[in-house]
Amino acid sequence: MSHLFIIIAILALALVGFRMGRGRALALVGGQARRLSSLPVYHGGYMLLCCGLPALAMVIIWLALEPAAVRWLVLSDLPDLTKPLSSDRQDLLYDKIRALASRGTGTAGADSFLAAGASHFQSLKQTSLVALAVASLMAATAGFWFAWRRIVPAFPARGAVESCIRIILIASSALAIFTTIGIVLSLLFETIRFFDKVPMADFLFGLKWSPQTALRADQVGSSSAFGAVPIFAGTLLISLIAMIVAVPIGLMSAIFLSEYASRNARAILKPMLEILAGVPTVVYGFFAALTVAPLVREMGGRMGLDVASESALAAGVVMGIMIIPFVSSLSDDVITAVPVTLREGSYGLGAMKSETILRVVLPAALPGIVGSILLAMSRAIGETMIVVMAAGLAANLTANPFAAVTTVTVQIVTLLVGDQEFDSAKTLAAFALGLVLFAITLVLNIVALMTVRKYREKYD
Amino acid sequence: MSLNALNMRTDTDPMATANIAAKIRAVGVDVHYHDKQALFQVDLTIPANTVTALIGPSGCGKSTFLRCLNRMNDIIDGCRISGALTLDGRDLYAPDIDVVALRARVGMVFQKPNPFPKSIYENVAFGPHIHGLADDRAALDHIVETSLRRAGLFDEVSDRLHDTATSLSGGQQQRLCIARAIAVEPEVILMDEPCSALDPIATAKVEELIDELRQRYTIVIVTHSMQQAARVSQRTAFFHLGEVVEDGETAQIFTDPRDERTQAYITGRIG
Amino acid sequence: MTDSSKPDTGIGHDKFTSQRLRRRHRAERRFRLYGVMAVALSLCCLTALFSSVFSKAYTIFGQTEIALDIQFDQAVIDPSGKRQRKALIGADYGALIKAGLGASFPQVSGRRDKRALRQLVSSGAVYELQELVLQDPNLVDRHKRVWLAAADDVDMYRKGLIAGGAQGNGRISAKQAAWLDDLARRGQLERHFNWRFFTSGDSREPEQAGILGAAVGSLLTLLICLALAFPLGVMSAVYLEEFAPRNRWTDLIEVNINNLAAVPSIVFGLLGLSVLLGTLALPRSAPLVGGIVLALMTLPTVIIAARAALQAVPPSIREAALGVGASTQQVVWHHVLPLAMPGILTGTIIGMARALGETAPLLMIGMVAFIVDIPTGPTDPATVLPVQIFLWADAPERAFAERAAAAIIVLLAFLITMNLGAVLLRRRFEQRW
Repeated sequence: MSHLFIIIAILALALVGFRMGRGRALALVGGQARRLSSLPVYHGGYMLLCCGLPALAMVIIWLALEPAAVRWLVLSDLPDLTKPLSSDRQDLLYDKIRALASRGTGTAGADSFLAAGASHFQSLKQTSLVALAVASLMAATAGFWFAWRRIVPAFPARGAVESCIRIILIASSALAIFTTIGIVLSLLFETIRFFDKVPMADFLFGLKWSPQTALRADQVGSSSAFGAVPIFAGTLLISLIAMIVAVPIGLMSAIFLSEYASRNARAILKPMLEILAGVPTVVYGFFAALTVAPLVREMGGRMGLDVASESALAAGVVMGIMIIPFVSSLSDDVITAVPVTLREGSYGLGAMKSETILRVVLPAALPGIVGSILLAMSRAIGETMIVVMAAGLAANLTANPFAAVTTVTVQIVTLLVGDQEFDSAKTLAAFALGLVLFAITLVLNIVALMTVRKYREKYD
Repeated sequence: MSLNALNMRTDTDPMATANIAAKIRAVGVDVHYHDKQALFQVDLTIPANTVTALIGPSGCGKSTFLRCLNRMNDIIDGCRISGALTLDGRDLYAPDIDVVALRARVGMVFQKPNPFPKSIYENVAFGPHIHGLADDRAALDHIVETSLRRAGLFDEVSDRLHDTATSLSGGQQQRLCIARAIAVEPEVILMDEPCSALDPIATAKVEELIDELRQRYTIVIVTHSMQQAARVSQRTAFFHLGEVVEDGETAQIFTDPRDERTQAYITGRIG
Repeated sequence: MTDSSKPDTGIGHDKFTSQRLRRRHRAERRFRLYGVMAVALSLCCLTALFSSVFSKAYTIFGQTEIALDIQFDQAVIDPSGKRQRKALIGADYGALIKAGLGASFPQVSGRRDKRALRQLVSSGAVYELQELVLQDPNLVDRHKRVWLAAADDVDMYRKGLIAGGAQGNGRISAKQAAWLDDLARRGQLERHFNWRFFTSGDSREPEQAGILGAAVGSLLTLLICLALAFPLGVMSAVYLEEFAPRNRWTDLIEVNINNLAAVPSIVFGLLGLSVLLGTLALPRSAPLVGGIVLALMTLPTVIIAARAALQAVPPSIREAALGVGASTQQVVWHHVLPLAMPGILTGTIIGMARALGETAPLLMIGMVAFIVDIPTGPTDPATVLPVQIFLWADAPERAFAERAAAAIIVLLAFLITMNLGAVLLRRRFEQRW
């Protein structure tokens, strides 16, 4: 929380700067604002930016670098016996020290070097905080003086402020790029470490997945298996079931709503369908796990089928229901984009509505519809909560919809939720799966967006 | 079964239109779009095997009237039609009339060429296919070829029947649409400003085609251009503000209009 | 005037045989029916979804409570008599409950029966007594009838959700069922409004578990998310829509935004785990981290909505402002942005509603931990409503399913309010240019 106070102090100083800058500009010209080259508010704004921005930037950079620096200092100060440890063990050690430090006074009972490390850690944190406070407030004051001296009636404050704002705008729009880079780098980095422990070919083509056996670090790679094929197959199975449910229903709903339904019916039915899209996925997960899965199991049992309680069918069907509005609203856009003239041409030849839709509208809209189906597919593959709650954990390689299968997202969640060591093959495997997930959905999205865009251009 | 039916029809002298029995007759037709009235008590007789031009300033209701003739207005929300419209003496809006069968008999060509995004062949074959006019592939081939020939397009596209229709030029596309319309062997072809999106050379070709088609079909054409009406039509009806001001033989309308509003329009004072 | 001698559809060629037409009409009706069925099926799913939740949730408002005559024995609570807070907190309130039960059922003897009797009352009831005493230390050495929460099995049994006695699965024995009937007859067993559910944090005991902690966690997370996503999203949109030149750089940004909008949410969780928790060493399970992750996830939605709103402002307004000598930035800040603001806010609310319902990325950053305390700041460990639903839905006790369903209702109520707000905002400020 103390960091918050530093930030508030900087902001307060910046606001003071704003008022004083405005006042100074006005005072310099004896209250006649028209003699200034820019409005007084821009002089104030210039003060505000000079005062606040560098100091805030300093706080952010400081906070970003502090953990690594503290870690290095704490670890290098530990007794020599920890030096030869592998980086995995060092991480573990450092986590212990941090946990000890955050517990505050209760360091009793811990190893003495851990306690020493913890108190070192705490003192470093304290020093860092004080240093940051001093440095950032000095930066703010320096900015204040710098701007103060530059305020003269002829100073083009507006230009300075506007170009500064422009840079801020550019930076914030670049955030999208940094997010993507961040995702790719973090996934890639952990995945490469994973492939150090498990060969890439074993991961991509192995048929056995049992990460749970890797209980101790020294067992890694020897007894556990990281063959992801059953997971990919399970993901595919559940997504396919979802698409089998969602595509016909979604597409036919879109056709009915856009071609047959009266204006009034459409005005009521469309928002109702959209409600399905607004329901959080955890609610679908609840529905799948507590209502649909038992139902499927019971019905299967009556028909003499052996249905797992976490069958792929239940998860897939509920996921399909979730995707219906997605398919339907995308196809609706695509279908209504087909020009009226084409429809009229078909009606003018004496075609029925259904004939027009099936033979003219749908073929014309096909690229767009394929694009929406691809987007829906990517949505199904990346969906997490429904499968976490209703699909299984065991990686069975099967195409039987009544069996329990597991998916990429389920495995990511199970591998990462709960206590974890950051460097075990088990945790790293989750990142490798995440990278695969990201790559597949990215390709699907790009292909889909390109198809849809081309289709749009055709009829614009 | 198909094309012989057309050949058996007796060709009549197109110039003797006045004496010929009405193909289409409209009596007291009113059209409303929601609250707005678009046509007021339209009376008009359209004789068989002639080209009848509907002229008038934009928004005068000529397209609306045209679209009543094959009930294309049915697909527009809030459109109401009253009055009597008959084709060969039968009420077009009678409850037992199947609009699908009607449209097969009264074909339509639109303002902008609207080929389906399919091959040239499939475009022409679409109508015969849905109406079941061809029993086998050979018969369908025959219909496609005949229709394209009648539309004067066959020689230009015979080597690329399976190319996509959108690769054709605008004029070719419009003639393809005409071929598509005549492939279902209609008796009447409605044309809604068929040349407005075409260049002069393509327009000339289409106009030539219209003149040939009159041998077999009754044609009703909406046009903006008085020159075009004069060139292609035998009869002309002048629409103004939702009413038919005057109709009669084209030559008479253009040289000796009875109504002063017609006079004003053809001399360019209103429009 | 129609020639009615022909009974068929008449007006067509002879070759359009009525048979073929009839077949086509049948196909048409069939196709239309498929459409109706598809819509009906989707609506059925919607109904099934909601009725499944509501049927499990509606019982939440009542909580079975048992009235016991508690003797707040000084010897048990505070032998020293100094009323020290520490003593009051540490006292053995379980003994008081046992005594109270013994007073109600003097005939029950034997260890097993006594234990069965004790199981009727929530094991969290000791904290209810503790709370009472801490609020009013004068209670000590007095006698009072207190309504205590019944155990979850008792609650489920009295609500008819699980069977008891012989046909039950052993959760409520025949003996216990008889005691409960006895209590009910004596007016010591009633269903009261379940205030615990709305005022407490999570608990291992279903009857003591509430959603307040998760709701506060959701609120904190959402505030962080809003504070980041809204300004950043608006600034990006303003730049891309009003200032950016059309070049490779802006194309790249645009491609990125569109793709980020479709990246699975769990991937953002992985980003948060490895960068925010790993590299930046921010605290686990904290609304701060959750808010940042959700902000990154919502940003594309906000940007896309804000750009659409900015696009809808007609160029004539920009031209008019430029015409009187305003700089391009003045045009944007003074004219375009205020006019686009309702649209931007609508988009932001919808984005926030989606963030509120998001679960998967928050599991990654540890907001799935079992947290009893209600968070007080953005760095306190916390959980959020959807994660709470996930946790309760996964718990084996039947009573937790009821709680999960009820939490869903609360979550949906928030979502509906937000979406309604967005709709009203749009209606109120909808501009036709």
